[in-house]
Amino acid sequence: MTNKASERLRPDRRGWLKPYLSGTWQLYAMMLIPIIYIICFKYKPMLGIVMAFKKYTPFGGRSMWEMEWVGFQWFEEAFRDSLFWKSLGNTLILNLGDLLFGFPFPIILAIFLNELRSNKVRKTTQLALYLPNFLSWVIISGITSQIFAASGLMNNLIGALGGSTVPFLSDTGMWRGVYWIMGIWQSAGYSLIIYLAALMSNDPSLSEAAYIDGATRMQRIWHVTVPQIMPTISTLLIMQVGKVVSISFDRPYMMRNALVIDVAQVISTFVYDKGLKGGRFDYAAAVGLFQSIVGIVLILIANHASKKMGQEGII
Amino acid sequence: MSQNKSTKISSRQAEKKVREATGELITPAEKRYQLGWAIFFIIVSIIAIIPIIRVISISFSSKDAILKGSVFVWPVGFNTDAYSKALKTGNFLGTMGYSILLMLEACAINMVMTILLAFPLSRRNLRKSGLIMTFCVLTMYLNPGTIPTFLNVRDFGLVNTIWALLVPGALSVYNMIIMRTAFRSIDESLYEAARIEGCSEFRIMWQIAVPLTVPTIATLALFYAVSRWNGIEDQIYYINTSNLYTVQMTLKQMIESIAISAEEGSTTQMTPENVKAASITLSMLPMLIVYPFVQRFFTQGIMLGAVKG
Repeated sequence: MTNKASERLRPDRRGWLKPYLSGTWQLYAMMLIPIIYIICFKYKPMLGIVMAFKKYTPFGGRSMWEMEWVGFQWFEEAFRDSLFWKSLGNTLILNLGDLLFGFPFPIILAIFLNELRSNKVRKTTQLALYLPNFLSWVIISGITSQIFAASGLMNNLIGALGGSTVPFLSDTGMWRGVYWIMGIWQSAGYSLIIYLAALMSNDPSLSEAAYIDGATRMQRIWHVTVPQIMPTISTLLIMQVGKVVSISFDRPYMMRNALVIDVAQVISTFVYDKGLKGGRFDYAAAVGLFQSIVGIVLILIANHASKKMGQEGII
Repeated sequence: MSQNKSTKISSRQAEKKVREATGELITPAEKRYQLGWAIFFIIVSIIAIIPIIRVISISFSSKDAILKGSVFVWPVGFNTDAYSKALKTGNFLGTMGYSILLMLEACAINMVMTILLAFPLSRRNLRKSGLIMTFCVLTMYLNPGTIPTFLNVRDFGLVNTIWALLVPGALSVYNMIIMRTAFRSIDESLYEAARIEGCSEFRIMWQIAVPLTVPTIATLALFYAVSRWNGIEDQIYYINTSNLYTVQMTLKQMIESIAISAEEGSTTQMTPENVKAASITLSMLPMLIVYPFVQRFFTQGIMLGAVKG
């Protein structure tokens, strides 16, 4: 990492400390506060993982280290707990739905938006689709009930056409659909910009040459445009597959309601309900640790697969 | 003679074809195709913003219209009663001011921390910078989990203080890497020259590196600001006194527990529906106002992240 030239500039390297102190001490001084922060707030909490192997006693002012060891008791309890398996299953179902419905959507939009020559329409579409990305899940969940609740826009429309009220938010199957749709609404604009950027950096002469050779529009899209964004698609796909057991907290937490808790309880909300709300820190820490380990393994596998396929690794 | 003529025509056709291919010449079929896609994408854009317009419309609509279900995308029976209720509940304006202040503080802390770490790590003559970099990047993949993180924040005595909303997220390693990449693009001979003139490293950072990377700094500052503005997870975890809640949490509570008294219900146009919609509109308002102006930076920001490598 060190620069050969700069080493030659300082030939008097007596003692191991000397090079660190010689002109660059100011640079180390700058890093001091951020590094202390990283130690205190990124590495120190890792010690808290021992909570997963201890019995948590809230009273008596004992530190985490003085509590009683229980080994893998909480893991065993979790594996017997049907609610844990249900949360894990729901996490997988909701994430796989995002992958199945949410992933192709921005790709298709980007390919067709790339066909469009008008810059004005293209910019407007980006502006409109990217906006929901800046709204919090509190606001989005509020908007969701304004659209899908019994008195929401969808049911107003169905009512005006003579249909009866559809329970979008209280029927478990439909709730999942709403969860995925709002996910697409919130995040499609972001991915769209990534794909558009990949398409913009393409060489237009390829498509022009294909046109002169008599390729039809669909042929040009399928044989020229799509192969050019394939690397971006596979990188993003592998990344998302690697994250299939981890789920954010605020989206499922804000979108859920009491009627659909059976399909809406995911690992992140389960840990919150059991641990921070229910006070069972030890059990919740074990569930969280299990999820982290599975998550890391999956990311490593995804990274390996991505390198195998000739793509750049994601780590 | 005729042979010659036909080649002449075909070369003209070839030229026409080339001009079509490069988009210089637009055929009627191409024109229809373009128009078709333009209409399609305008419809997609409208569908994308209808949910937001619907909420705003409900907030201005009258009670009867909402109950009858006759409001679609445009307000019916225009009135602003819902806003007077929304603003009165939970000191909305005060919360808004507090949230903006908190956002600015978080943004300042985040940027100072990011620059202080990214600048030294961008320097090519720094010893052990690779090791320190690995030390930082590892934290992106090793997530201790909710409970250990909470216990750590509690051990530092930050629970139920404003610091719980500022300190645990004081630095994003991902953004730090983007910042470092930007610093790396500066020619180090500038630094050498400054050092010969007797500049300290702090001055080099502040007077050379920072001014040369203003676009990246602006983008990252906006990323930090938006994530603080929209963040609720840390408030749910670490805060249970409502005077430290930002707009998002206040909105969450309002949506969950809106109550219209019988008197209000009979004398005004308020219903739970339009009061909720009014609160949502008020919470969205700051973002909707700044969005058109800052969207450009975020689009650039996505690219910065994409090339981090």
